[in-house]
Parts: sequence; structure tokens; C-alpha cells
Amino acid sequence: MTGTRPATAAGDVARDVAGDVAAYALRLGDDALVLAQRLAGWVSRAPELEEDVALANIALDLLGQARTLLTYAGSFHGLSEDDLAYFRDERDFVNLHLVELPNGDFAVTIARQLLFSAYQLLLHERLAGSADETLAGVAAKAVKEVAYHRDHAVRWALRLGDGTAESHARMRTGVERCWPYVGELFESDPLVRRLAAAGVAVDPAELCPQWTAFVGGVLAEATLAVPDLPARITGGRRGVHTEHLGYLLAELQHLRRSHPEAATW
Amino acid sequence: MTADRPVPSGPVPSGPVPGQREWPLWEVFVRARRGLAHVHVGSLHAPDAELALRNARDVYTRRQEGVSLWVVPAAVITASSPDEKDPFFAPAADKVYRHPTFYELPDGVRNL
Repeated sequence: MTGTRPATAAGDVARDVAGDVAAYALRLGDDALVLAQRLAGWVSRAPELEEDVALANIALDLLGQARTLLTYAGSFHGLSEDDLAYFRDERDFVNLHLVELPNGDFAVTIARQLLFSAYQLLLHERLAGSADETLAGVAAKAVKEVAYHRDHAVRWALRLGDGTAESHARMRTGVERCWPYVGELFESDPLVRRLAAAGVAVDPAELCPQWTAFVGGVLAEATLAVPDLPARITGGRRGVHTEHLGYLLAELQHLRRSHPEAATW
Repeated sequence: MTADRPVPSGPVPSGPVPGQREWPLWEVFVRARRGLAHVHVGSLHAPDAELALRNARDVYTRRQEGVSLWVVPAAVITASSPDEKDPFFAPAADKVYRHPTFYELPDGVRNL
């Protein structure tokens, strides 16, 4: 992986941009890492063996994205992907709240997958044209993976929503559980606006109309209403999280932290 | 999740429990690359054909095993019975003239 990491002689401005890029890569990497950890929780517990494999495959795709993005983010600070994944505390994680929500039942997980993969696909499609080579490369690879994640979620959402009374009720509950966290997906802040202006990042606010049209279409076909629910307080990008992330990180990090001197795995 | 399934009371039924139908079984065929035939690789459970295809992609092609997939409902396959093995297959054993072993293969003929 070669990026646009500035040479040591680069000026303050270039260093600022580099800092922004690192922070941005960390956001996308944390989204992928936390959701990968969540989905890994389905291994051995999915409704069928086949679905177990499908969710594990999606988790591993996301873990692959996380590794590249965290490695890239760390490269600006002399840190490894493991340093970032295992030795940061909750307040230093900058993922969206949606990805840290508990798995719930299968319908909740499918709802979360639908809402997030639809978002991630739009994001990576645009990010593939980034002026930053590394981000563009990660995004181009991720587009193919996430297109499948979205397809998987859409097909299940249709079958559960337009299935039996029981499956419809569960899918509706799943969408309603996740919906209050949607607003955060499209929040922009000065960092993404600076990077978007430089052609490096995607301003998530721009993705909202397409996302709304796509997800609205799927929900309608699945005979599900678009929920009318107030948005939750946001703050994932600033390190302010729901009560669920701490437990997730404890499980993710405790082994590595118990053996900080272990050289290899 | 299995924990959510109701526990049947009374004697354990031998057939499918009403209202708890198992997903049907599908046979999976993978074409490894263009020009080769689809080869049976195994089976899986799925609620319908579209999801069977996607499950097949996840279970059988995650290591780049194929470029094309078929899924066939196992129920529509009519198979020969092991009990009929002898009448079906044994008579071919001593009929060597059915094998093209009495011919010289021309040079340059491959895949035969």
C-alpha cells in the first residue's frame, strides 16, 4: 500500500491534511472493525449453518477493510493496526453508533446490515474516486464486497418483511430498533468538509437522498413502513458512544491486553 | 436462533414438526472455469432458489472455486437406488467392446 503520506520535508499544511486523512481513515476503519466484531458474534449461532457462513464472510470482508484502514491511519503516527485495534479505549473509537448496536435477533441484524451496507456502498462508490490513492484503493475493493452485503440484507429484509406475521413483526421491530441511529450516518463536520473540498473524502450529507430513496424502496417492497422516530443523540465520531461499545471492546481487546508482550499471534 | 424455537412436548415426532418446516435441500453444482462442465460439489439448505444461490456462493465458492453456480432442488432429482446397483451397472463390467480401447488415438486429440 502506498499512499499520499507526505515526505518529511512537507510543510505544516501538508501535515494538517495528513492528520485529517489519518482521522478520516480511522473513522471508516472503526466502523468496519466494530461491525465485524458484532457480526462475528453470530458464528455458531445463526439460524442455519449456511447463514452462519454468510454472516462470517461479511464479517471477514469488513475485518479486511478495517485492517487496511487502521494500518493506513496508524502509518501517520507510527502505530500498527494492532496498536489501534487493541490499545485504544472507548473514547478513542470514532465509529458510528449504528454499528455498535447489539445483534438482537436475526431481523435486528438484518435491519442494521441493510441500513449500514446501503450507506457504505454509496460511500465507497464515491470514495473510489478519492484523490488519496490508498483510500481510493480500499474503496474500490470494498465496493464489490459491500454490494454483496447489501444484496444479502435486501433479500432477507424482503423475505422477513413480506413473510409471515411473525417475521414481519420482527423485521419491523428490527428496523425501528436501528432507525434512531440513522441520522448520524449523514452528519458532516469540519474535518470531512475540509477533506471533501480537497477531493479526498466523501461528505456523508451528500449520500442522504440516494440512501433514503434506496432504503425507502426496499422497505416499501418488504411491506414495512419507514419509521417516524426521533433521532438519538449522536457523537460516535467524537468518541462518545452508546453503553454497548465498552462491552464489545472488552471482548475484542482483553486477550491482547492480557498479553501485551506477546510478539506473535 | 435455536433457543427461540418452541420445545415440542410429548414424544419426539419423527417427521417434520408442523409449522417448523426445515428449509428444503438444494444440490449445488460449480463450474470451475469456462469450458468445463458444472460439477456437483455438495448440498445446502435454503428457503428458496435465490437464497440457495447466495448460500452456495458463500459455502462453496469462497476460495475462488468457480465462475458459475447451479442450484437444483434435491427433491426434483430422480436417483438410481443402491438396491438396483447390480441390474443397473453390473452388466457393463464384462463388455470391454464398449470401451474405445481398440483404437489408436491420433496425436493432438486431448481431453478424451
